[in-house]
Formats: sequence, structure tokens, C-alpha cells
Amino acid sequence: MTIRIETDRVTAMYGKFTAVKGVSLRFAANRVHALIGPSGCGKSTFLRTLNRMHEMSPGGWITGQVLLDGQDIYAPGVNAMHLRRRVGMVFQKPTPFPTMSIFDNVAAGVRVNGRRGRGELSEIVERSLRQAVLWDEVKDRLHRSALALSGGQQQRLCIARTLAPQPEVLLLDEPTASLDPRGTQLIEELLFELRTNFTIVIVTHNLHQAARVSDTTTFLYLGTMVEHGPTKELFTTPTNEQTEAYITGRFG
Amino acid sequence: MVVVLASAVVVAVVPLVFILGTLIIKGAGSLNAMFFVAAAAPAGQTGGGVGHAIVGTLVIVGMACLIGLPFGIGAGIYAAEYPGTRLAVGCRFVADVMNGTPSIVVGVVAWAWIVARQGHFSAYAGSVALAMLMIPMVMRTTEEMIKLVPHSLREAALALGYPRWRATLTVVLRTALPGIVTGTLLAVARIAGETAPLLFTALGNQYFSLDVSRPMAALPLVVFTYATGPYQEWHRLAWATALVLIIVVLVLSLAARLATRQRYPNG
Repeated sequence: MTIRIETDRVTAMYGKFTAVKGVSLRFAANRVHALIGPSGCGKSTFLRTLNRMHEMSPGGWITGQVLLDGQDIYAPGVNAMHLRRRVGMVFQKPTPFPTMSIFDNVAAGVRVNGRRGRGELSEIVERSLRQAVLWDEVKDRLHRSALALSGGQQQRLCIARTLAPQPEVLLLDEPTASLDPRGTQLIEELLFELRTNFTIVIVTHNLHQAARVSDTTTFLYLGTMVEHGPTKELFTTPTNEQTEAYITGRFG
Repeated sequence: MVVVLASAVVVAVVPLVFILGTLIIKGAGSLNAMFFVAAAAPAGQTGGGVGHAIVGTLVIVGMACLIGLPFGIGAGIYAAEYPGTRLAVGCRFVADVMNGTPSIVVGVVAWAWIVARQGHFSAYAGSVALAMLMIPMVMRTTEEMIKLVPHSLREAALALGYPRWRATLTVVLRTALPGIVTGTLLAVARIAGETAPLLFTALGNQYFSLDVSRPMAALPLVVFTYATGPYQEWHRLAWATALVLIIVVLVLSLAARLATRQRYPNG
């Protein structure tokens, strides 16, 4: 099994505050990996170290290494902008660009990478919207505002926008936290499909969601990695007491 | 509670209605096609118009925008993007002080800088004075409007691999644009009606002029001259000119709104 991402003692700080403490993990390619833990455990911060978004936060800096396909993404000479085109990210709240049409939203990440012909761009947009299972709902109004879509559609639009530049890795930061059950279900089904082409790391508050969609699960608590393993094992036979207490709902 | 608030609204709207009503009653009767195109008639004669002042106001305010908008918007973007820096804090402070400075003071400064040195009044001295009034207003609204754009939008753009400058320009600034335009319009409307800074700079002119290095007419100056003059005829013209000034500002706002209305229909 190929390892897509490997972290080595990643410590993430906001100024003097340490949010993530020495987390070393390996994420296999074409799998869905879930990060769980109570609020403030550092799971979102850890996720943001994987595409170098953490350093954009005020006071954000990290020590340790993050390897993408064996290459240190924090090495000098690595262009963070180019990296982020390989490691896409979807946020908790849908973030369609309000001044752009549906088409332009999906094309945004491709255009920033260089000019494309009209035909090629249309193909990319259609392919991405199909991958995000949104094409049939929006194909007749590609040039309308993205804000008219429902919350769930907007989130799938954001997924399509993230997929358009063809990243290798997809990071999702609680992507269904603001959606209704139907929207949540659609996105969970989508993750199952996307696994064939992408490596997915998802942060979730919802333990059932982690159990449903992921192949491996990592439990973080107070910035440290408590347990990591295949999802089935972690949820049925956790080796750590804290993990067991958390997944059985005794704290967190 | 509702009654109190509702009466506050009424009290707030009454002067507006009153002003517009008075202008229309006293001014509308004097408006005709000639009034918009003709220049002033010699004192003692009836007729004549404010065409020269409409052109003058457009030229002076237009030049003030050309000078003021790039600095105002640029400083506003800087202050919003790098809020904690010394330059931004200082700039914000200066802008707030400038916003509270009486416009006549700005006019005197422009007079000292340009008119006194060159030895003659000029339209561009007026534009510089108006630009100085405009910059702090535009800077502060630009900054506030950019701050209103959700941080998540900027993050989304950065996560797509946008360089920071591009995220700012194509996502943040584009999203804030309607607000910035509204703020700019308020500034334009405000400076278009300024009289005091023009008294020492553009001075005023009875004739059509496009020479920006010479004195030029402007609507507020015409209102000032006619309203303080001794003739009934001039008072009539002053009301009409004031109405024209309001109309010019209104047309400017409408035009800018049309130009920046939402590009994509909803639904």
C-alpha cells in the first residue's frame, strides 16, 4: 500500500500556544482517514498543517515534518501555492465565491493555475461537477449565481471546486457540520466514490460519520495522538482507555 | 418602543422631504433646457443657466476622484490586509482626524500649497482640495467593507492555491465592491456639494471653461454667489441651481449602481 502522507512529530503552534503536540501519522493512498476528538483537541489545526494553511493563521508555525509522496512540504523551495493545488481543502461552512457564477466557482482553482481554452475548461467543470454529484442539479444554470443553491448543494459545489485542479489529497474539515441529514448523506456517499481517485482526510465531530465513511481513524485529545488504527478495530476494540471513554460517549 | 422608534424615523425623514420639497417648489419652475446648457447671464439680465457650472463640477469632481480614489482605496486595502502594522494604525488615525477636519481648513491648505505658490486660482487646486477630503472617507469605508468579507472566503481562495494578492483582488475585493462603490458615492456626493474649499481654489467663473489651470465654475459656488447676491432673479437661480446639484449627485449614484449591480441573477 502506498503511503500518500506521512507526518513526523508535527507540532503546531499559535504564537506560544501549542495546539498539536508531536503527531506522527501515515495516511495510505486512496483511503478515507478520519480524525476525531473533542472540540479543541487540535484535529482541525493538524489538518491545516497538511496543506500549509496553518501558517496563514495569525501566529501559526510548526515544527516536524510533513511528507507528501516522500517529499517534505515544508522544505525550503517548496511553493505553498503549488502545494495547495495538490492538496485541496473543503471547509466546515460552504464557501462559494459570491460574485462568481457556478461555472466560474468550479473553474476558479483551474484558472489560477494558468489559462485554459474554453472547451477544456468546460470539460473540467463538467467532470468536477459530475464527480461531486451536482451536475444534474446545476447543468441548466451554470451561469447563475452560486448563492442560489441550497447549503448542501453549495458544499458539493465547493467539493467540485476543490476537485477541479485534480489534487491528490482532499482535506475535509467537518464538511457536513452545517448540513441537514439529506445533504450529509449525499456527501458521505460521495466520499465513498471519491476514494478511488483521491486520498481523503476528514475531520469530524460525528463519531457515526467516522465509523461510516473512513478506513482508518485517529483519535486526538489535547493535541496529542491517542490512538490510530483501522476504523473497525478502533471502534470495536480500542486499546486505549481514553479512546474507549470517548467513543462510548463518557466524555468529550 | 415601536412608537418611539417609528417617530424617530419620521423625525429623521422630515428634513429630507422638506429639503427636497422646498427645492422642487422654489427651483423646478426655473428649470428648462437652456438652464442646463447656457452659461450665466450678465448681472441685471434675466435668463442664462448653469451649464458652465455643471461642466465645471463634473471636471473638478472627476479630477478629484482620479486623484483621490487610487490613494483612498489603496490605503483602505492596506489597512484591512495588514491591520496591526504601524503604518495602518497611523493611517487610520490620520484618516479619522481628517474626516473631522472642517473642509474650509482643507481649502486653505490647498490655497497655500497651490494657489499662493502659482499666483493664480485653478480648477486643479480645487480638485486637490476635494481629493484631500475624499481620501480619508474612501479609505475608511474601503477598509470596513473589506473587513466585512468573511474570512472563510479568503481561506477558501488560498486553499485553492491562490497567491495572497490574487485572493485579495479577485475574491475579497470583488465581494466587497458594492460596499466600496456605495462608500465612494457617498464621498463623491459629499465633495460635489462642498463650497468652502472651492472658494479659495477653483474660485468660480462666469463662462464655460475646460482649462484646468484657470478658475472654473462649480455648482456649489454658483449657489453661493447667487444666494448671497442682491437680486431676486439671482435667488431664483440659486434655488434652481441647488436642485440641479441634487439631480447631478442622484444621476451619478444611479449610474454607478447600475454599473456594479449583481452580475449573476439569483435562482
